[in-house]
Amino acid sequence: MTQTVENRGTPLVEMRDMSISFGGIKAVDHVTVDLYPGEVVGLLGHNGAGKSTLIKMLSGAYAPDTGVIRINGEKAEIHNPRDARRYNIETIYQTLALADNLDAASNLFLGRELVTPMGFVDDDAMEAETRKIMHRLNPNFQKFSAPVSALSGGQRQSVAIARAVYFNARILIMDEPTAALGPHETQMVADLIQQLKAEGLGIFLIDHDVHQVMKLCDRASVMKNGKLVGTVDVADVTDDDLLAMIILGKNPITGEVMAG
Amino acid sequence: MTKSAPSSAQAKPSLFKSLEIDTRLLGMIGAFVAICLVFNVITDGRFLTPRNLFNLTIQTVSVAIMATGMVFVIVTRHIDLSVGALLATCSAVMGVMQVQLLPQFLGLGNPLIAPLAVLAGLLAGAVIGAFNGWLIGYQRIPAFIVTLGGLLVWRNVGWYLTDGQTLGPLDKNFLLLGGVEGTIGATASWIAGVLFSVVAIWAIWRARRAKIAHAFPVKPLWAEGALMAISVVAILGFVAIMNSYQVPLGRLKREFAARGEVLPDGYTEVYGLPISVLILIIIAIAMTILARRTRLGRYIFATGGNPDAAELSGINTRLLTVKIFALMGVLCALSAMVAQARLANHTNDIGTLDELRVIAAAVIGGTALAGGIGTIYGAILGALIMQSLQSGMAMVGVDAPFQNIVVGAVLVLAVWIDIQYRKRTGEKV
Ligand SMILES: Nc1ncnc2c1ncn2[C@@H]1O[C@H](COP(=O)(O)OP(=O)(O)OP(=O)(O)O)[C@@H](O)[C@H]1O
Ligand SMILES: [Mg+2]
Repeated sequence: MTQTVENRGTPLVEMRDMSISFGGIKAVDHVTVDLYPGEVVGLLGHNGAGKSTLIKMLSGAYAPDTGVIRINGEKAEIHNPRDARRYNIETIYQTLALADNLDAASNLFLGRELVTPMGFVDDDAMEAETRKIMHRLNPNFQKFSAPVSALSGGQRQSVAIARAVYFNARILIMDEPTAALGPHETQMVADLIQQLKAEGLGIFLIDHDVHQVMKLCDRASVMKNGKLVGTVDVADVTDDDLLAMIILGKNPITGEVMAG
Repeated sequence: MTKSAPSSAQAKPSLFKSLEIDTRLLGMIGAFVAICLVFNVITDGRFLTPRNLFNLTIQTVSVAIMATGMVFVIVTRHIDLSVGALLATCSAVMGVMQVQLLPQFLGLGNPLIAPLAVLAGLLAGAVIGAFNGWLIGYQRIPAFIVTLGGLLVWRNVGWYLTDGQTLGPLDKNFLLLGGVEGTIGATASWIAGVLFSVVAIWAIWRARRAKIAHAFPVKPLWAEGALMAISVVAILGFVAIMNSYQVPLGRLKREFAARGEVLPDGYTEVYGLPISVLILIIIAIAMTILARRTRLGRYIFATGGNPDAAELSGINTRLLTVKIFALMGVLCALSAMVAQARLANHTNDIGTLDELRVIAAAVIGGTALAGGIGTIYGAILGALIMQSLQSGMAMVGVDAPFQNIVVGAVLVLAVWIDIQYRKRTGEKV
């Protein structure tokens, strides 16, 4: 495995030697990835390669079998999603993880509700905040009082994105954030990623669109059958190189082809 | 839990739209009124008498109290089949405390007996409920199994606590919690009615102010006023009914005789609000606030809507399950308290089949077994509808087996209507 990036000091996130298996299936098999501040790292791979599982260990959803996670060089103890939030890790899950029966504001603040001085949830304040951020992300969004089950796929995705960016994340995980979005909304997310990157966030972006990855990411890590094929600087490779990594498991730098 | 839709959607909002009254609530009230009217006609006006309505309310209380807790259980996609059995165990604990244990130490009639007995029952309910919740949440045994087992276990634990005996007579103060023995009289009832009215008006007003403060759309002022008027009329109307049920002459004579006095000519007295109904109202308000205005309530509904999402949002859904079932246990104990006091003793079969009544009340009240949806007021109305059906049929002289057939059919029918309603409004079925 080649580390193509010159030494840039301590990474924001370092996931070393991560493994997890589900009843015999090695979903993630000794994978190491890292992420620097102000950087977007693309995670690529075929369906079932283990991308979502890898980042779920960072977001606290899964406990790894092996591996260490370091944040700013220090070993991080992430045992559940609350721990991850404490490290300012925010996640847009592939499944969106929305409670369908609640409205956008309740979902956005789920687990972190705004409360009145008496300790009661302050729905009006939360709705006001939600209106503000949605206005920035998706000005067409109007359904603030409907349960999210009444929203379109893209509108639901906007709510999930809003939740991830509202709470001043330092580390942002986006698992196929534009899968349900139209071209205009996809462009808005691309702009958002550029803006957050400029603010110094580190972003893991899972996306099947190689073209999009070439455009938005600084580096790309490719996985195949739970293993890491390699990590490359996007500037050094072509679309076809990335496709060869994904499909054949061929590392464009070493020329090595992964077994299996 | 969704906030009601803003009324600005249509150019000319309909009457219900402006009032933003839940149409499902209206439907249930409509069903209740229809049942009352039909039975009133069949019984030649005996159904809608203050006396019958008074009895109807005090008979509803026990099931209604538990139904409020069942809403949370079902909303989180669980079920509790053990509530009737748990009620029996809590009732046995309270019975043993006040009839056998406490009088030995405190002496018969000591004013501490009732509160201590109640406390012991509440504790038993909370501990058993929490234990159920632990088995379900942490050990991952399905709630259906845990509480099916609990149904057998707790009814018979109750049996052993009392050696199968009926316990009585109960403490005199304890009896006040039941119904007929414990009413607060005319004046206090009016005061309570006015207090509740003020609270209702204040709540509507405060909600409006909060919306205005955030520049959200609000209902027209007349609609807000109409809502306040409806609330006040409903509250004071209920008080008026309870206040027009007169204490029978024979009973007054006995009471006066017991005090060594003679009943003056032309003296009358009314019952007023039963203490058990006040307890139910307070529980209903507390549970509604819990559901809508606290984090715990928000987490309950979020977990019901999508357990994975709740977990990924950092909600400890296992502990949440323990809390929900512990709360259910406490409500079973409160229910046991009211039921035992109303029946004036503890019997082994107390609360038999209540699990079915409680689940039916919650479901008739619009709680969806798929999870995530349900209201406290719906469950209470559901309990009231069931009880009015049962009382009405008993009054008409319908055979007991046929009563059960009707109640069973109504349960299925109510859920079917609810599904049709949800299809039309586009809600999740
Ligand atoms: N909770 C789980 N239980 C059992 N197996 C799982 C679980 N989660 C993932 N897997 C398995 O792990 C492997 C990797 O899945 P993962 O979701 O990480 O793939 P992915 O790379 O995100 O794919 P996609 O592009 O389709 O989203 C798959 O074989 C999947 O079946
Ligand atoms: Mg995935």
